[in-house]
Amino acid sequence: MATIENATEIRPFHIDVPEEELAGLRGRIAATRWPEGETVPDASQGVQLATMQELVRYWATEYDFRRLEARLNALPQFMTEIDGLEIHFIHVRSRHETALPLIMTHGWPGSVIEMLNVVGPLTDPTAHGGNAEDAFHVVVPSMPGYGFSGKPTATGWDPVHIAEAWIALMRRLGYTQFVAQGGDWGAQITDVMGAKAPPELLGIHSNMPGTVPLDVAKVLASNVLGAGDPPPSGLSAEEQRAYDRLSFLYTKGIGYALEMGLRPQTLYGLADSPVALAAWMLDHDAYSYEDIARAFAGDPIDNLTRDEILDNITLTWLTNTGVSSGRLYWENNLGFFDVKGVTVPAAVSVFPRELYQAPRSWTEQAYPNLIYFNEVDKGNHFAAWQEPELFTTEVRAAFRSLRTNGDR
Amino acid sequence: MSSTVETASDIRPFHVDIPNEALDDLRRRIAATNWPEKETVGDQSQGLPLAMIQKLARYWMTDYDWRICEANLNALPQFVTEIDGLNFHFIHARSQHEDALPLVVNHGWPGSIIEQLKIIDPLVNPTAYGAGASDAFHVVVPSMPGYGFSGKPTSTGWGPERMGQAWAELMKRLGYSRYVAQGGDWGAFVVDQMGLQAPPGLLAVHTNMPATVPPDVDKASLAGEPPPSGLTAEERRAYDQLIRTYTQVEYARMMAARPQTLYGIADSPVGLAAWLLDHNDADGQPAAAVVAALDRTTSDTGELTRDEILDNITLYWLTNTGISASRLYWEYKGGFFNAKGVSIPVAVSIFPGEQYQAPRSWAEQAYPNLIYFNKVDKGGHFAAWEQPQLFSEELRSAFRSLR
Repeated sequence: MATIENATEIRPFHIDVPEEELAGLRGRIAATRWPEGETVPDASQGVQLATMQELVRYWATEYDFRRLEARLNALPQFMTEIDGLEIHFIHVRSRHETALPLIMTHGWPGSVIEMLNVVGPLTDPTAHGGNAEDAFHVVVPSMPGYGFSGKPTATGWDPVHIAEAWIALMRRLGYTQFVAQGGDWGAQITDVMGAKAPPELLGIHSNMPGTVPLDVAKVLASNVLGAGDPPPSGLSAEEQRAYDRLSFLYTKGIGYALEMGLRPQTLYGLADSPVALAAWMLDHDAYSYEDIARAFAGDPIDNLTRDEILDNITLTWLTNTGVSSGRLYWENNLGFFDVKGVTVPAAVSVFPRELYQAPRSWTEQAYPNLIYFNEVDKGNHFAAWQEPELFTTEVRAAFRSLRTNGDR
Repeated sequence: MSSTVETASDIRPFHVDIPNEALDDLRRRIAATNWPEKETVGDQSQGLPLAMIQKLARYWMTDYDWRICEANLNALPQFVTEIDGLNFHFIHARSQHEDALPLVVNHGWPGSIIEQLKIIDPLVNPTAYGAGASDAFHVVVPSMPGYGFSGKPTSTGWGPERMGQAWAELMKRLGYSRYVAQGGDWGAFVVDQMGLQAPPGLLAVHTNMPATVPPDVDKASLAGEPPPSGLTAEERRAYDQLIRTYTQVEYARMMAARPQTLYGIADSPVGLAAWLLDHNDADGQPAAAVVAALDRTTSDTGELTRDEILDNITLYWLTNTGISASRLYWEYKGGFFNAKGVSIPVAVSIFPGEQYQAPRSWAEQAYPNLIYFNKVDKGGHFAAWEQPQLFSEELRSAFRSLR
């Protein structure tokens, strides 16, 4: 056990995966036993066999984990214990002393890999088409049970607890003023931070905002099994579109989330079978799956390449975090898209292929202190990962009004 | 199709003969299992506990003997025949009593024909089990499409409706002009469809998972809303059981939406075993009856044992039918327990460990031609598998009036 002194220590961290583990992975991939193909010509039954077989071919023969390992090790990585759990994080300080400290939280089925392409542009804007006054000090932690962070051995690490841990982490790093950003689970955690509103937190940015009004959320929940109440009346065209997307998601699109929400431990295949893990992680939502399938068909959309996809899957395999990461769904008590009561200044970017497009009307109600709202023209659920340039531009614009000139 | 019109309707004998290499490969994969960490709770609320599956995996790898199951299957008359373009495997045990009543018994998920093995002899040879010759059945137990040794569909359309038609064709092909049908779980959906289709020759159906829920109760329970007013105490209890059931069917919702994504149940023996074991019953998830069976090595009364649990899982593994079986959930677009409008004679047995205990009041509305309704005192969702003697007695009583 760590003593009180060394518990708050921040220790450098390097990745060094033994060759045997990579050989073990390749051996399992080669020994994959396949099911027959789907009985439909499209993705309506799940991740298609042809996509999986191409993924596996590339994974076994061309993919190089050492490239990712070097890329991660080129960044300053650390470990520190918070509330009894080891938390892994990347911490890149900008050379611009007035940089704004920013903590970015990934989601599921993601990891710090999602954020790697935005770390450079955010910390070193002048090298990436921005100005020195747009600089950030960037902190990217791995959530409990994800990547190189510890796996909880007891219950209680829900998004609220993680939000508290991130506030502690930023304080431990000495930041007296900071902002927070997230998508997917990262958005929930960031929203909770915004609702807790510690004095240091100047504002938040979300690319998956929780904006759904209570009455709409209630109808959606009653319709999970397809037999509930009719859509609420009086929705604008934009709100109706958001409702329709969410309704599809609730009835057809979140089988994986329900399973992890209730029975994460039953998913032993995620620990034992690389293809099981890969397919499970590919099937987050229809748009992102479509984009990923295109990557393996040789036609990636922007930065969501097959190497990036496999970096994330391989990291999850090597850390054996398929089940531990799924457990966050079991821990969670928040409505995914519900209003979380954020009071701090909030910025929202709406990506066109996100799970739903938050209407400005709902967003203004959900975030009474809305300092920024922008609908962009490309990008899916994995906005930072797929569209790092656009995402960086959004984050810079989102927080510009919060900057002061003092040192942080 | 390669078969001619003549050979397509052929009924060909079938024997199970699994190569040693397949069994060696299975044991090797179990031994090489990469495990996750233990659940973070002290109970079964996060899914199948690590200790439970590890204990089973050890036995599966070292002492379990598939060849016993194989010999048991091969001791029964098994056949395959092509119906509607798909090869069907079935057991067909004729009684020595010539006026026996032909019966087709339909298994469910996560089951197979393994569920029915212990009821075949009591139904076919009742005099050996303390019943009369007049209670004899000729028993037909088919494997559903995508299950066990039946063919795997390569295109869509094999839901319970089409299966009902296939079973009617099968019984006709076997020369049975008067017969009855029985089912639980998916088998109950299929026999309800057969009841709706009312093919010539079908005298009645028996179900141990009846679909009886009235429309207003069905809607409220699916939406998680308060129950309609005016329910009796028994109906209110059934309503509460439905609400509980709907919190335990996330596996079904996953398979209904994305069956193909479950590559782990084809590639990982423990992935498959855990997925099949985590089906609920009224007393738990995983089913209390199955958890109890994992510690039961033998049973003089035919109660479910560990070997039978592994027979079923191993059959899925060896036939690589985890995903093809799951696809049935994707195929089905209808309701769960809502009354389907069956008007032919129906017999119902209520087992205490089933998802919900259908009240007689609902059963009488759902099945206006209810010829038999009985509540028994033991057995659950896997009734034929758990309590074969009791289950056989129920079938004898259920159909007695039709003989």
